[in-house]
Amino acid sequence: MSAIFKRELCSYFTSPVGYAVLAVFMFFSGIFFWVQCLYVGTSNMSTVFQSMFFIVLFVIPLITMRLFAEDKKQKTEQALLTAPVSIPGIVFSKFLSALVMFVFCLFSYIIEGIALSFMTTPDWSVIIGNVLGMALLGSAFCAIGIFISSLTESVIVAAIASFAINALISLFDTIASTIPIDFIKNFISSLSFQTRYGQFALGLFSLADIVYFLSITFIFLFFTDRVIERKRWA
Amino acid sequence: MIKVKNLTKTYVGTKALDNISFSLNDGDILGFLGPNGAGKSTTMNIITGYLSADSGTVEIDGTDILEDPTAVKRKIGYLPEIPPLYNDMTVQGYLEFMFKLKKVRLPMKEHIAKICNMVKITGVSGRIIKHLSKGYRQRVGLAQALLGEPPVLILDEPTVGLDPQQIIEIRKLIRDIGKKRTVILSSHLLSEIQAVCDKIIIINKGKIITSGLTDELTATGKSTARMELVIEGRPQQVYSMLERIDGITKVIEHGECEKGCYEYVIESGRDVRRLVFRAFAKTDYNILSMKPVSVSLEDTYLDIISGKTEGVKDNVSDI
Repeated sequence: MSAIFKRELCSYFTSPVGYAVLAVFMFFSGIFFWVQCLYVGTSNMSTVFQSMFFIVLFVIPLITMRLFAEDKKQKTEQALLTAPVSIPGIVFSKFLSALVMFVFCLFSYIIEGIALSFMTTPDWSVIIGNVLGMALLGSAFCAIGIFISSLTESVIVAAIASFAINALISLFDTIASTIPIDFIKNFISSLSFQTRYGQFALGLFSLADIVYFLSITFIFLFFTDRVIERKRWA
Repeated sequence: MIKVKNLTKTYVGTKALDNISFSLNDGDILGFLGPNGAGKSTTMNIITGYLSADSGTVEIDGTDILEDPTAVKRKIGYLPEIPPLYNDMTVQGYLEFMFKLKKVRLPMKEHIAKICNMVKITGVSGRIIKHLSKGYRQRVGLAQALLGEPPVLILDEPTVGLDPQQIIEIRKLIRDIGKKRTVILSSHLLSEIQAVCDKIIIINKGKIITSGLTDELTATGKSTARMELVIEGRPQQVYSMLERIDGITKVIEHGECEKGCYEYVIESGRDVRRLVFRAFAKTDYNILSMKPVSVSLEDTYLDIISGKTEGVKDNVSDI
């Protein structure tokens, strides 16, 4: 398992993908930090985290797009599936490498927090809480991206489909607002990533939100495992 | 030891494998022969655990691959038809990755160096795989299959893309490996199977058409072989005499080759040289030459695949 994790993590940096992801994330994070904190003159970074939600929608498909799609295309999945490693082990290793790559991006917030500490006393609990919240959000998006990647041989199709699904989930709020029946409206709204992540951004840690993101992660990793196992029996 | 019993696999309505059974002992080298789509790769993929069969079992050293896939996979080195190479890695990095993936418990650096030396890729070990030629890629694929010295080696077209010198080296390597370990290889090159394998399975449309020792199958071909004869005398009489000889199934006259002498090709189900000699010794027709036409495995294979010859062995599961 650790061999797959290390290989996948290293592969982000043997191709331009890892650097591009870090550059895009840090660029927008820096812009939002400057506009919404430094320019306004506040140490509250909550608005930065809320704004970054949409950047995460774009960035995570870039991290997950090649994880299974490229293995299928290059036929390297034969090496993985004939090695003495279980399919859940393969799926989890790849997921972990994507999540760690995403966590690397989150270090930009720590740098911004340190930059802020030269001018004022930042609320580190809010920053750390938000980083954890974003890591949970990233974990759910990574699992969805890996699932999509397991369905196709095309890296581009995997990226576009992941982005479309991420965007759709994020639009649940808007969709819910158009539904007149309260029960359905509340149900769809409760599935919204944006609403649940918004709680973290405001510094509110709720166990329900944590469980929600972890459940989404688990469900999509399980689906990925089933997709690969089903292919063996096809 | 490998035991394959009643493997069946269907792809969307098409039967890719139909009740395939065979068994191999340690030190056997088995060649899988068959046209494209015959089911060779499917069989190999099922043995390695890459695919699952609809029914049937695969046992390696008594362990069923479905009951303990991890333990069985540890015992197999597999080179698929397209080598599973990560193009963004160096050869050394890739082999180190595969070494760890296969959970090999040998000293890593020394073992990889030894394998690289065996397949002659030491000189390119620092190069990125995507920059390698097809021949080198194939050898890197073979190297990863050899990692961990697995007791079972499954090689799907192992010499594709290699130059003649490399082909000779790899065949020698496979023969050396096969002295101690079980090797299954598929190839479209019949000469390769003949040169490397001591057992052969000919497979077509998902079924084993015939199987046996390489020598047996070649000998089987010889017993049904053709002979070229040059006989002095009137062709009509000679032709009818030949036809009457017991065992001769077909006579073809190839015309006059020298004055008064005619060339014939006969096909027979057994050795008829003595019968032919005795039959003509009683007449005025002189046999000037009698030469068996050698039948290669290729002829046997083509005959079997085209349906000209029935299965040579009834009990195909006993190899």
